[in-house]
Amino acid sequence: MISIAVLGEGYLFLIGKAILLLIVIPAFSMLIGYSFLLKMMSHMQDRLGPMEAGPHGIFQLLADGLKFLQKEDLMPNGSDRFIFKAAPIVMLVSTFLLYVVIPIGPHMVLENLHTGIFYVLGVSSISVIAILMAGWASSNQYSLLGALRAGGQLIAYEIPLVLSVVGVIIESGTLSLQGIVKAQANGNLFGLPIRNQYLISQFIGFFIFLISAQAELAQTPFDMPLAETEIVAGYMTEYSGFRFLLFYLSETATAFALSAIASTLFLGGWAVPFIHGTLAQVIGPFVLLAKTMLIAFLIFWFRFSLPRFREDQLQAFAWKFLIPLGLVNILITAIFKVAL
Amino acid sequence: MSNPSNWNQASYISAQAADARINIEIESEGTVLNLGPQHPATHGTLRIVVKLEGEKVVSADPVCGYMHRGYEKLTEVRTYAQVTTLINRIDWLGSFANEVPFILAAEKLMEVEAPPRAQWIRTILFEMARIANLSVFLGEMGVQLGAITPVFYAFRDREFVLNLIESATGGRFHPNFDRIGGLKEDLPKGWLQSTQQAMVKMRHFCDELEQMLLENEIFQARCKGVGVIPADVALNYGLSGANLRASGVDWDIRRDQDCALAWKHCDWKVHVLDEGDSFARYKLRLQEVRESTHIIDQLCQSIPSGSIMAKVPKIIRVPPGEAFVNTENPLGEMGYYVISKGGLGPFRTKIRTPSFNNISILPWLLKGVYLPDVITILASLYFILGDIDR
Repeated sequence: MISIAVLGEGYLFLIGKAILLLIVIPAFSMLIGYSFLLKMMSHMQDRLGPMEAGPHGIFQLLADGLKFLQKEDLMPNGSDRFIFKAAPIVMLVSTFLLYVVIPIGPHMVLENLHTGIFYVLGVSSISVIAILMAGWASSNQYSLLGALRAGGQLIAYEIPLVLSVVGVIIESGTLSLQGIVKAQANGNLFGLPIRNQYLISQFIGFFIFLISAQAELAQTPFDMPLAETEIVAGYMTEYSGFRFLLFYLSETATAFALSAIASTLFLGGWAVPFIHGTLAQVIGPFVLLAKTMLIAFLIFWFRFSLPRFREDQLQAFAWKFLIPLGLVNILITAIFKVAL
Repeated sequence: MSNPSNWNQASYISAQAADARINIEIESEGTVLNLGPQHPATHGTLRIVVKLEGEKVVSADPVCGYMHRGYEKLTEVRTYAQVTTLINRIDWLGSFANEVPFILAAEKLMEVEAPPRAQWIRTILFEMARIANLSVFLGEMGVQLGAITPVFYAFRDREFVLNLIESATGGRFHPNFDRIGGLKEDLPKGWLQSTQQAMVKMRHFCDELEQMLLENEIFQARCKGVGVIPADVALNYGLSGANLRASGVDWDIRRDQDCALAWKHCDWKVHVLDEGDSFARYKLRLQEVRESTHIIDQLCQSIPSGSIMAKVPKIIRVPPGEAFVNTENPLGEMGYYVISKGGLGPFRTKIRTPSFNNISILPWLLKGVYLPDVITILASLYFILGDIDR
């Protein structure tokens, strides 16, 4: 098992890793929130966005976060108090676990699981439970509608997400994320002398993965669970203050994590052609960050450009288009893998 | 009922009855969703009690009156000049258009007609109010369907028109510019040229929105075939304006009735669509904004010179009588029924506002649709709260 060299093994190091994640997740969450939710959105809409807190408003989210911490801890009458409190934490756990397996350099990964991608798809589904908990415990019709919509949507889009990843697994022959990165760095495109980023051979898979990730994150063409003009804020309607902050944190941090996984699976992760050894160790995290921001940019670009689907159209799109396309992609990939 | 305590008692009883009616619905089976009074999709304080089965609407009951400001009653204790200040606030997005029919009704009673130049300026400002109003709708419809970007473009480009209204009248939102017999002031220098430039920008804005929203596949999938109003139903519920014309009824007061305004002097056409769905209502309003820019262009070129005020006394006393004048406002037919007993102000005014009649179709229209479509229908019917509750 390869872990981060500086951390080594043992219980103490496990705690060290947890603390590292607790720093990393809010940091990336703020990076995504500031650069896309605040600034990119504002510039797309012909306005400046926050400009007062720090240069170009870079501390705006910090100020917002501090404000949320000062808010009164409100809970609606008739809510299931324990589940109401637990829901945002379960949500955050799902995000937290995603970060564990993302490789950021040749030897830099918190846990290099051999079933890494399987694990990612598993833990990302925990958020459905959190959403259903939040919606049910709020004792609010809007929350309940939002939670049920989210339940249907996230389960429906989990399937194309898995199917799109299967193509990558067939090509690389491994479930480990580190292994997938190495397969892309060393492999070639079906015998041709071209270095294969799976974006080239798995472009259908990449397309399906992007759309499904958009739906898993409940971003705009698929934001039925949160549709603010219909059901106020969906399952988050009754949440305020600190608990809302946890949901917000988890939303942006999950967006970052899924983008990082997409760039690991399809854009070659931390690897850069012709760079090996210590240099790769040093620039690996930055390469991954750049690729991740590119994917996140795409996700938020779609979010601010498109109107939202209706629930039935959304389900029809998943079951009648994405899932058959994913199956065809698997078939084609398998044929190429065996034939070449 | 002359005793004030009786009045209080009667209003208390009617309020209790209204609450009881809603409470019965809440206690029945299925989910009852209270859309509003504070809800993002109701543009203010319209409340719609929606009974749901899953996400399907079983019955919907609009409850209006949360923003009732009593303008009809207030006009009885104001002079004619003061009334225009009040009625500006009925449809606050196209406020100049509210003043015109009232002033025309008063002029009709006094048997005065504004000079041609004043009529031209009134019509230009009237059409500008239409653009200022409908451009908000064009962006707002996107927001209701989840596309948050177009509304910012709408508010940005609406400023071109608002700035012109401000430079001519002194008020961005509430011009209070119309007087009995004419207008407060003449236009500032160079205003007509800058108006024509702004109209080019507004046409560009229409093209932009057409590409961004109207041609978007998701937008079409959400709007086409949603909330279809057949022509006979639309007429039975007393719809007016774009909602009626989108259902295939060719009826526009600007063309069909003769009044002392300048529409008859320019070449324009009334757009009519047959589909009657939300998409047709959106498309029709987009075309109407475009048509308005052409009307303004023509009027700017053909504007006559001369006085802007007819001969009226300093203190206006309207002779006794009754008059009803209606015009084609941005939202639909707006009319004032003014009764004068020869005093300084109207004895009684009845205000016919388009939105009040337009939302009366909601119980019929919302039955059996799904919750997301409720929002599409509400947005496409396009009401303004001040216009419902007055």
